[in-house]
Formats: sequence, structure tokens, C-alpha cells
Amino acid sequence: MIFVTVGTQLPFDRLITAVDEWCAESNVDVFAQVGPTDKTFSHLNSEAFISPDKADELMRNADLIVAHAGMGTIITATQYGKPLIVMAREFKFGEHRNDHQVATAARFKDFPNITVVADEQALVQALNAFDASAQASFSAASEFASDAFINELKSLLQ
Amino acid sequence: MARQRKLMAVASEGGHWIQLMRLRPAFEGMNPVYVSTNAGLAKAFSLSNFRLLPDANMDKKAKLVWVLLKAFLLVLKERPTHIISTGAAPGFAVLLCGRLLGAKTIWVDSIANADELSAAGAKAKYVAHHWLTQWEHLTEKYDGLEYRGRVI
Repeated sequence: MIFVTVGTQLPFDRLITAVDEWCAESNVDVFAQVGPTDKTFSHLNSEAFISPDKADELMRNADLIVAHAGMGTIITATQYGKPLIVMAREFKFGEHRNDHQVATAARFKDFPNITVVADEQALVQALNAFDASAQASFSAASEFASDAFINELKSLLQ
Repeated sequence: MARQRKLMAVASEGGHWIQLMRLRPAFEGMNPVYVSTNAGLAKAFSLSNFRLLPDANMDKKAKLVWVLLKAFLLVLKERPTHIISTGAAPGFAVLLCGRLLGAKTIWVDSIANADELSAAGAKAKYVAHHWLTQWEHLTEKYDGLEYRGRVI
């Protein structure tokens, strides 16, 4: 199962449409959380919003996660050791208030479980290249920040 | 005798919240009360001590005033000695109210802000005792901004 998520704040139709069109030609189970959009998508199962525990269940069960460059998804996918394809929202397409997602994607592109794609064509290529059975398993990251940072915060909270 | 420490830990749902959850070991022994914008998070993270705030962003002033009022009532009721937030606007509101009511306040700007601080993050300078970024290079761009590490 592929889980697609774009967060709760804004739609990201460019990403969902690309996955939807890819689904028309592939035989893969895809569930997409599409956010507040007016568009309908015919080749994948979707909901605008899902509860936090449903989202967590989908993340745990997914073979692959496809998402915007949102930190919630990036961190959770990494904690669960899940492969993640990221496409950043871009200001020039009206997808966010600024280009911070482009910066975020660039900062996390070297994580072993993360593939950053620049546009819809690259996204489709990455989807075609993904092979769940051949997928190397990534080690799950710790659930918590490093001891060093935790100790810094503990001292500030004295 | 000194008052027992009580922490209020605040974050909007989504990435802000996920970052706050990674800091939980730092809150041990501080009797934390968690505050967010989606009631479902209490169940998803098995948190018994959870309070809800409405969401807002820094652009919508009317909604922000409403959140400020709710935040003020919340802080007045809970009287935390310390407050920490990873953003965004509701976290800023709680920090502001807590500061006015005498709490020690910490802002940890979201790791999503690698090039510049968010609107709430920039204003947090004026309400946080400790104003933290998760990107060391940003400390050169903002006077008073501290780097102590990052959530991941």
C-alpha cells in the first residue's frame, strides 16, 4: 500500500493529480489524504482529512509514503524506517506562502529513506522505480531527539 | 518552599506537534500538560493531560485575538511555571500569556524553517526567555537567537 499525504492546511493538487494519473496505469493500492481541495480523483482512494491515529496506522502499514515536504511526515516516516518520496510545495504555483518546503526538502535529501523529486515527471519516475519486494529496509530512527539536545532543554527548563 | 515545576508544552497539529513529541524526555518530572489544536492527538499519543486550543495563523488578526483570549484563560487556569513551544501561532499566544503571568518560556522554532524564521518564530524573540532555532547558520542572521540542537 502506498500512503500519500499533503497535510491539513492546504491542497496540493499537483502532487495528487500526478499520483492519480500514475494509478490509472498501475495496479497498486493507494490511499491519499488530499487536504482541502475541490478536485476529485478517480483512480485512488482519498479523503480530505483523517484522524491522527488513522494517519499513524497508515504510516505504519505503508510500503511507501509519498508526501509534500512537511516535517510531520518526514519525521514520522524516518522514525518508522519507511521509504518516502518528497515533492516540495512551490510558491510560484500558489502551493504555500513561501518556498520553505523547497529548503526543507534540500536539507533532508541525504536521509537514506528519503527521495526528493523536483516535479511531477520525476515523481512518476520514482514511483515506477519503486519495488516494494526489493526494498532495502531502513533502520527506524529513535522516537526522541538526541540525548545532547534533550539535556540542553532540561537545563533550560530548570 | 519553592513551587513545584509545572510545564505546559504547546504545538499546532502536524509537523510542530511531531517535533514537540520528540522532546518528551526533556519534560520528565515536570508534570507536563500538553496543548494542541486537534483533540485526536491525545488518543494517538496516549496523553491523559491534554488541552485543546483553536488554530490560527499570524495573518488572520481576528482569529489570533480569539486564540490569545483562549490561551490567556488556559494559562490562568493551569498556571504553568514553564512553557515550551515548537510553534506556531497558538504556541506563540501561550508563550505571550505565560510570560505576562510569570512563567519561564522557551521557543524552539520549527526545523521546517531552514532559511528564515516563521512569522511567529520571529516575534517569539520578544516573549521567550530562550529563543531557539534548529539551524545553527540562522544564529548569524538574528541577534539573540540560540542554537542548542535539533529534533532529528
